[in-house]
Amino acid sequence: MCRVVDLHQAVLAKNDRAADTLRAELAARGTTVVNLLSSPGSGKTALLERELVEARDRAVPVAALTADLATENDAERLARSGVPVRQILTDGLCHLEAGMLAGHLEGWLPTPVRLLFVENVGNLVCPASYDLGETLRVVLASVTEGEDKPLKYPTAFGLAHLVVVTKTDIAEAVGFDEAAFRANVERVNPGVEVLLTSARRELGVGLLLDRALAAAAGAPVHSPVMAREPHPHTHEHAGDHTDLAHDHSADDADHTNGTAAMAQPRP
Amino acid sequence: MHEMSIALAVIGQVEEAAGRAGDITAVREVRLQVGELAGVVPEALSFCFELACAGTVLEGAELVTDFVPGRARCAPCAHEWAVGMPPLLSCPRCDGGSTDLLSGRELQIVAVRWEDGRTPAPTREPIPEER
Repeated sequence: MCRVVDLHQAVLAKNDRAADTLRAELAARGTTVVNLLSSPGSGKTALLERELVEARDRAVPVAALTADLATENDAERLARSGVPVRQILTDGLCHLEAGMLAGHLEGWLPTPVRLLFVENVGNLVCPASYDLGETLRVVLASVTEGEDKPLKYPTAFGLAHLVVVTKTDIAEAVGFDEAAFRANVERVNPGVEVLLTSARRELGVGLLLDRALAAAAGAPVHSPVMAREPHPHTHEHAGDHTDLAHDHSADDADHTNGTAAMAQPRP
Repeated sequence: MHEMSIALAVIGQVEEAAGRAGDITAVREVRLQVGELAGVVPEALSFCFELACAGTVLEGAELVTDFVPGRARCAPCAHEWAVGMPPLLSCPRCDGGSTDLLSGRELQIVAVRWEDGRTPAPTREPIPEER
């Protein structure tokens, strides 16, 4: 018999739950995650190298994971800072997911670590959809990439807690229009802070660490419009949702009840 | 392209729901809500979905996506607007400091249509007295 059943489940619910669990587990260990996103070649690794050295010099315990499709080149570069570093090879996958990150941390993450930097796969599309349990999501763009990058990749920039411009030492040579870039960021993510950095000229180095430490200390981070929980436009389901949340805890004990709450046959 | 990961997440959740429901023999249709700002391309998702359904209870199922346009409201002046793409998320009227996103980030399985093993009660021919 053919029937239609209402599910009303977020597609990424599993990743979101894994991210929430990881965030809570790491918080209990005193660790805060910083998720770094950018296109390939924006200078994530170069800036992170400098920030890790800065952290070491300030005696802030940090660690870093760096994800790529192939090679351990980035881990080798970051490891020169002397802080614990691990390479994640995604074997071609274009993004990290919370469960993958948790798997790589298991048995590796040293104690104590105040800040764990995660250098995501260089990609401004896919990683934007996946919460990794971070407290601070940072999106980087180099001055060579064009001022309209935030408009071309609105999900990545729209969900950022902090935007970092890299390679500002060559801004003049490439004709980078800072005001236009800032206006474009503002359009998709009003109110987000934009930092200007140059790892090569040591400009703005330490600011990312400052922001990350503030977030780790519980200072409020920017709340992007795009990340704010939209009001459910099917208000009649608000009640169902509460039931569903309650039934989840009882799910293991009684699958039939769980199903009844999750799936409501429609006449 | 992360649409394959999204497709696998959809299939995994429908399989779980089917498992909980019991005697599901085939899934005919999966209805998704995809917001304008969800960062997912429906065409790419359909392509991946069809491939990834092979060999599962969803084999041959149709993926129907309901597009949800992005809409925002300015908290200070109550102006409402379609955010568009790329989205405009600061108020075009008053440039006010606080915007609420009303819709556009949806990425949700709304409903499924499936076959269960239960046979509907046979509809018998009415006896002459009932006509």
